[in-house]
Amino acid sequence: MTTNPPVKNALLVTSAALMLLTLYLVFIWVPTERNLGISQRIFYFHVALAWVGFFAFFWVLVGSVGYLWKRSRSMDRLAHTSAEIGMLFTTLMLVTGITWAKPAWGVWWTWDPKLTTSLILWLIYAAYLMLRAYSPPGDQGSRFAAILGIVGFVDVPIIYMSVVWWRTVHPPLVVGPAATGALEPSMRAVLMVATVAFTFLFAYLLLERLSLRRSEEETDRARMGVETAAPGYRAMEGA
Amino acid sequence: MTGFWSVVATMMWKDVLTEVRAKEVITAVLTFAILTLVILNFAVNKETQFTPIVAPGVLWVSLTFAGVLGLTRTFALEKDRGNLEGLLLTPTGRDALFVGKMLGGLTFMLAAEAVLLPFFAVLFDVSPFQPMLLLVILLATLGFVAVGTLFSAIAVNTRSREIMLPMLFLPIVVPVVIGAVAATAGVLEGRSWGEIAKWVQLIAVFDVLALVFCAFAFEHVIQE
Repeated sequence: MTTNPPVKNALLVTSAALMLLTLYLVFIWVPTERNLGISQRIFYFHVALAWVGFFAFFWVLVGSVGYLWKRSRSMDRLAHTSAEIGMLFTTLMLVTGITWAKPAWGVWWTWDPKLTTSLILWLIYAAYLMLRAYSPPGDQGSRFAAILGIVGFVDVPIIYMSVVWWRTVHPPLVVGPAATGALEPSMRAVLMVATVAFTFLFAYLLLERLSLRRSEEETDRARMGVETAAPGYRAMEGA
Repeated sequence: MTGFWSVVATMMWKDVLTEVRAKEVITAVLTFAILTLVILNFAVNKETQFTPIVAPGVLWVSLTFAGVLGLTRTFALEKDRGNLEGLLLTPTGRDALFVGKMLGGLTFMLAAEAVLLPFFAVLFDVSPFQPMLLLVILLATLGFVAVGTLFSAIAVNTRSREIMLPMLFLPIVVPVVIGAVAATAGVLEGRSWGEIAKWVQLIAVFDVLALVFCAFAFEHVIQE
C-alpha cells in the first residue's frame, strides 16, 4: 500500500466536506422523527460509526490472514492500524448508543444480542491492542496478534448467535438485504451520506496512521543499526 | 498416524506425571473453584439461593475463573524451565504437541470438576450427577481447554502473562459459557432433550471449530 500525499490530501478534503454536509443534513435538513423526537438524530452517527467499526475489524482480519500467509510487514501494519482505528470507532459507537438508549428506552443499557455482541467485540479488540503492547517486539508479537485477529473475527458471529436466543430490544436492521424496518427515504439518504463520510474519514486515518507507523519502524531500525555498529554505545550509558 | 498418537500420549503422560508429583494445577483449580462457590453464595439473594435459576450461573462462573487459573500453568512450567525449546527441537508435528498438552489440561480440569461437583451439590442443593449434565460439562470443558491451551502458549510469551490470559480467553469463550449455563439450567429444571439440544449443539460446534483452528494456529504460536 503506497501512501502518496496527494491521495491522502484528497481523502482529507473529501471527508471534511462530507462531514460538513452530514452535519447540515442531520441537524437542519432531515425531518424530526415522530415518536423518538430530537434524540433520534444521533442514529445517523451511531449507525455510521458502527459500520466503520465493523469495517475496520474486517481489515484486521485481512491483514492477519495476509500476515500469517505471506509474512509481509505491510499486512501486519494494516492489521495493527486498522485495529486501533476500529477501537476508536467502536468506542464512539458504544458511547452514542448508550447516550441514545436512555431517552429512547429509558435505560442506559440492555443485554440485547446486538449490544452484548458489540461490547464483547470491543473487549476482544481491547485485548488485541493489549496483546500488541505486551508481546515481545518483532515477528513473534505479530504472529500472536494475527491469530487473535482471526479468532476474534470468526468468534463474533457465534457470540451473536448464542446471545440472540435472549430477548431483543434493539430496533431491527433498516438497511441491507436482511432489513425489515422501513426507513423514510430522506432519512435513508442522510444515513447513506453519513456512512460514506465516516468511511472516507476511516480511509484517511488509516493511511495517515500507516505512514506514521512505517516511520516508527524505520526509526527503530535506525536505532538498532546504531547499536549494532557501536556495541559500546549502550554500555557507556550504563544500561 | 501411530507416530502422531504416540507423541500425544507421551506429552500427556509427561504432564500427568509432573502433576501427580507436584500436585500444583488440580489443587489450585479446585481450591479456587470452591472459594468462588462460597463467595458467590454471598452475592445472591437468600430467597433465590436454592433455586435452579442461580446454581448454573454460579457453577460456570466458578469453573471459568478456576479454569483460567489452571490454564495459566499449562505453559508456565514449560517456559520457566526452558522445556519449550527442548520440545521444539524434537522432530514431531506441532499439532501433536498441541493435542498432547490439551488432553493433559483436559484431564486436570475434569479431575478438579469431579471433586468440585459434590461440593456444588451440597452447597446449592442440586443433583448434578445426571448423564446429560456430565455431557455438557465434558463438552464445555473441552472447548475451554482447546482455546485456553492456545492462548496460554501466547500469554506465557508476553509481559504480565497472568493478566493477558483472562483478557484473551474470556471474551472468546463467551458462547461456551452461555451454552453451558443454559444447558445446565435446562437439565436441573428437568427439561426435555429437545429444549437442551440446541445449547449442546452450540457448544459442540464451538468445540469442533476451536480444535481445528487452535491445532492449526499452534504451529504459528510456538515457532521461533
